[in-house]
Amino acid sequence: MSVKVQDLTKIYGIQKAIDHISFDIAEGAIVGLLGPNGAGKSTTMKILTGFIPQSSGNAWVHGHDVGVDSLEVRRLTGYLPESNPLYTDMYVKEYLHYVAGFYKIARTEARVKEMIDITGLGIEQHKKIGQLSKGYRQRVGLAQAMIHDPKVLILDEPTSGLDPNQLVDIRKLITEIGKQKTIILSTHIMQEVEAMCERVIIINRGKMVANDSVAQLQKKTGAASVQVEFSASVEIGLLKKLPGIVEVRNEGGNRWVVSGTAKTDIRKLLFDFAVQKQLTVLSLNQRENSLEEVFRELTRKK
Amino acid sequence: MFTVFKREISSFLSSLIAYIVIVVFLLVTGLFMWVFPDYSLLDYGYASLDQLFIIGPWLFMFLIPAITMRFFSEEKRTGTIELLFTKPVTDLQIILGKFLAGFALVLFAVLPTILYAITLWYLADPVGNIDTGGILGSYIGLLLLGAVFVSIGIFASAITENQIVAFIVGLFLCFFMYSAFESLKLLNFPVKTQLILEQLGISSHFYAMSKGVLDTRDLVYFGSVISLFVMLTKTVLESRKW
Repeated sequence: MSVKVQDLTKIYGIQKAIDHISFDIAEGAIVGLLGPNGAGKSTTMKILTGFIPQSSGNAWVHGHDVGVDSLEVRRLTGYLPESNPLYTDMYVKEYLHYVAGFYKIARTEARVKEMIDITGLGIEQHKKIGQLSKGYRQRVGLAQAMIHDPKVLILDEPTSGLDPNQLVDIRKLITEIGKQKTIILSTHIMQEVEAMCERVIIINRGKMVANDSVAQLQKKTGAASVQVEFSASVEIGLLKKLPGIVEVRNEGGNRWVVSGTAKTDIRKLLFDFAVQKQLTVLSLNQRENSLEEVFRELTRKK
Repeated sequence: MFTVFKREISSFLSSLIAYIVIVVFLLVTGLFMWVFPDYSLLDYGYASLDQLFIIGPWLFMFLIPAITMRFFSEEKRTGTIELLFTKPVTDLQIILGKFLAGFALVLFAVLPTILYAITLWYLADPVGNIDTGGILGSYIGLLLLGAVFVSIGIFASAITENQIVAFIVGLFLCFFMYSAFESLKLLNFPVKTQLILEQLGISSHFYAMSKGVLDTRDLVYFGSVISLFVMLTKTVLESRKW
């Protein structure tokens, strides 16, 4: 196991930031750590990187206890903290050399150059970090996290605040790196998880509510939904009365999103309904049961 | 440790702080030594560097907290402290790296004043008739005092995110350690207490050294105060784990 977490608990004062979390992550996996704001994602990451200690429970990185063997764990992990803090008064190259100085790196100069190439910092490499745009700062943050070729990468919201092009670039970069390394990343963007992660761990209010593969999670929640557009207005009460319908939501005008239990084929139901009411169905789309809905369902309840 | 040291030094060099500190130190000591008629060595009549060693500690009291104030407070404010503490170095190594960087700057400020001593050597009548032992002792004392102030400044920087607060607390603690004990003993204390109070302050040890006598007690005193503040800093930084 690359990362192993057992009954990890962190208490701030009287508040439990994380509450008996346990999971294993195999080597080479990319795992998404999800949860609403304040759920305990960052806390979990801070414990794994040895920045703060846990209140109880244990965590290991490649067999090294994060509390006991902190220095070794720090050598094995690369960390990009949530706000991507950087020394803005340093030059990009200077900064990477500085970070490299903390580790035993054989040929620093070559390694720094390699990192600049990998993260696409080439044209900005002679600038001060303070002059860089957010996307490029994020690359510097990633470069410093990976400079010592860590076995485990811990990235706290690596794509926050990036424009769509940069998002795609950074995601591609992470997926590329993830082929050789174990990566734990946190994010709020569900498409990102679907695009990058093999497994998802969802935390809500400090408790782990899901730990499964993306596909498995999508299957798990029973509800399937359909988007439908009628030619004329329909009373919401009539739709709700149909057998097997769980939820009906208006999406403006005559467009509705209708969810039902997995057993019912809502499309047929809705079509029959339309015929019966002498309506025309303008569009009818089966909605992929997106991770977003799974997420919402799992984190909504207290 | 060396990595942290190197970064702090290059940060000094790329900002104006280091140059300003060195220039101000040399300018003020230079003015007092050679220009201001009330204090000038040329009108003084004695071949001594006393002015430098009287004004030096008071200048350090302002300048050293000014160079140390951003050491930890800035890292706390910007969050880079989280990166620093997740690198494979111990807290103590980080503190010592910063301490050495601060001390190196003090050293660079003091170094050019050797010119004053050389000038004095040639001004003396006959040439070379100066209290070499006393001057050497004073220099060592001044550097040790600088080291104590650096450790105090680092401690002040570790307790806050605000550089101004760090500066003021550092200034106050430096002042207190340097001269407050000396003044406190003048209160109506028993003789024994007075003696202890005096020994607690930096100034008594500094003056003892400026006589040219390197007493192990004074060296132990400076060493202990530096260690005390380094340990206090370490405790403050570790408080994130409580």
